[in-house]
Amino acid sequence: MRVADIVTASVLLLVSGVVVFDAVRLGIGWSTDGPKSGFLPFWLGVLMIAVCAVIVAQAARRADARPFVTRAQLGPVLKVLWPAVALVVLTQWLGLYVSAALYTGFYMRWIGRHSALAVLAVAILFPLATFFIFEKWFLVPMPKGPLEAWLGQ
Amino acid sequence: MGIENLLLGFHIAITPYNLFVSVVGVTLGTIIGVLPGLGGANGVAILLPLTFTMAPTSAIILLTSLYWGALFGGAITSVLFNIPGEPWSVATTFDGYPLARQGLGGQALTAAFTSSFVGALFSIILITFFAPLLAEIALKFGPPEFFAIQLLTFSSFVGLGGGNPLKSLVSILLGFILSAVGLDIVTGQLRMTFGLVDLMKGFDFIVAVIGLFGIGEILLSVEEGLSFKGVRTGMNLRVVFDTWRILPRYARTFVRGAFIGFWMGFKPGGATPASFMSYAFAKRFSRNPERFGKGELEGVVAPETAAHAAGVAAMLPMITLGIPGSPTAAVMLGGLIIWGLQPGPLLFTEKPDFVWGLIASMYTGNIIGVVMVLAFVPFFAAILRIPFAILTPVIVVVCALGSYAVHNSMIDIWYMVIFGVVGYVFKKLDYPLAPLVLALVLGDLAENALRQSLIMSQGSLAIFMTRPISGAITAVAILFFALPALTPWWRRLRGPAVPRAAREI
Repeated sequence: MRVADIVTASVLLLVSGVVVFDAVRLGIGWSTDGPKSGFLPFWLGVLMIAVCAVIVAQAARRADARPFVTRAQLGPVLKVLWPAVALVVLTQWLGLYVSAALYTGFYMRWIGRHSALAVLAVAILFPLATFFIFEKWFLVPMPKGPLEAWLGQ
Repeated sequence: MGIENLLLGFHIAITPYNLFVSVVGVTLGTIIGVLPGLGGANGVAILLPLTFTMAPTSAIILLTSLYWGALFGGAITSVLFNIPGEPWSVATTFDGYPLARQGLGGQALTAAFTSSFVGALFSIILITFFAPLLAEIALKFGPPEFFAIQLLTFSSFVGLGGGNPLKSLVSILLGFILSAVGLDIVTGQLRMTFGLVDLMKGFDFIVAVIGLFGIGEILLSVEEGLSFKGVRTGMNLRVVFDTWRILPRYARTFVRGAFIGFWMGFKPGGATPASFMSYAFAKRFSRNPERFGKGELEGVVAPETAAHAAGVAAMLPMITLGIPGSPTAAVMLGGLIIWGLQPGPLLFTEKPDFVWGLIASMYTGNIIGVVMVLAFVPFFAAILRIPFAILTPVIVVVCALGSYAVHNSMIDIWYMVIFGVVGYVFKKLDYPLAPLVLALVLGDLAENALRQSLIMSQGSLAIFMTRPISGAITAVAILFFALPALTPWWRRLRGPAVPRAAREI
């Protein structure tokens, strides 16, 4: 916990440093028609540097042996996270509906060990239902891939 | 003056056709509210083109009913899934979800719907009778007052939020910084984009909310194993009536929430801060504040009352001044112009049937809404019997759909995943997420208010103190910011036991 606290606050320190740097480039003072673009970001960044520095100092002084995440906890978290990342990567190539079908089917089979019939039913019906709700009913276009192009959608 | 006008309104709102329109609106709105990412503003915008051929009064009844439905629907996902459908239902998750996990989901939902209804009714009654007067007060608000209100909202996170005040402050600052990314519409300069085209659009709070609360929350909840825990509801009429018997105990919370909601609500972005403020105050004044966040019914009542009171109050400046009080109201305002109506005070004299039909439909729409959500919760409870391995991908896909629909951009789905990981880390390290989202939502408005105030004063910050209304609000805000530093000192002064007076500042 202590290390994670210091690392997070340090990353935020770095971010605020970048913010201040960019704000100085934009100008932090007063122009003819009011404060310049960098005015508010500059002071936000300066304040954040100060606060994060105090958080780092507080965390460094404190003895806290609890781990940020145990091995037993990290496993299930990653089992949710990486398929979700895979979904986003696939969406860029295959469109959202096909990716959703693959992702849902894979997840049901891998984690839930559902029967092949249930997997096929949900993996096909769920994206189909979202397709009709979003594309047809609410007219919100979603990313599409080769399958939709082949079907002429 | 009001009564006969209101009767005229009811004449219009209670026709079978308009009642039917209201039922359709509430149903669609509840579905939209339940889906994370597809919020009221989104739903109203999507449905707007369908109303062009309708009579303006029926059209506005459809859209407002959709809005009420979305407000009710947001409570359902907050309580049962811990996923806030709307930013103003974030505070409802704090106690609603723990209650659902303890098997008290039915009570939490009944409390949420009832509070929503009470808050809405309170605001509608105020709108009906005090609209002209309150509009006049709001007219006197300049940028300094507006900025002072924002300062007060954020100070209440630091001073009343509990937890580490420094980390609350970091969340607020980070939210404001993220909201500044992209094009600065005042000067036309690009801020913090570093030449990257994708950063030019900035970060949308809807994507941040979906990532931080949706994905982040799923990651956190699966740490104990791959299942969603104990979120079943025993929702039936008995639970509803039993809960109604408990609720009068929270009469003071209802009244406070309704007042906070109405007061915050008629200014832009009011519903979200109102719900958080109401929650913070309920916790502060409660006899057992340590139970907040672990499943306290009062922690559901407070934000829901305020959020709905604010959601309704957001309609007030839209119909009286032509200034929308919320993003959803802004979309409706666009509808009014398309239907050929001129929003503003003249509407009351030129189109009384429209204005009073709308006001009367607020009563009917909310009554229809509360009856429908209470009746159909068993239907929503059925969602919870779906196994984890189906529900997780469905929620993740719906989150991705919602993130993409905001701007039709692929990068937003990536932001959603990144915000999800950030939400997970922040939550574990006790950085509060709510102020971050709120700062992201209000960032542009706050910066504009600050700029205009500074232009008015030629760069002097004294303007926030010298104007009477903003001075008073700013003073309270400064007190709240200083509270974490003052409290230990105050305690030492008064002895070890925390005196009641210290808590009731």
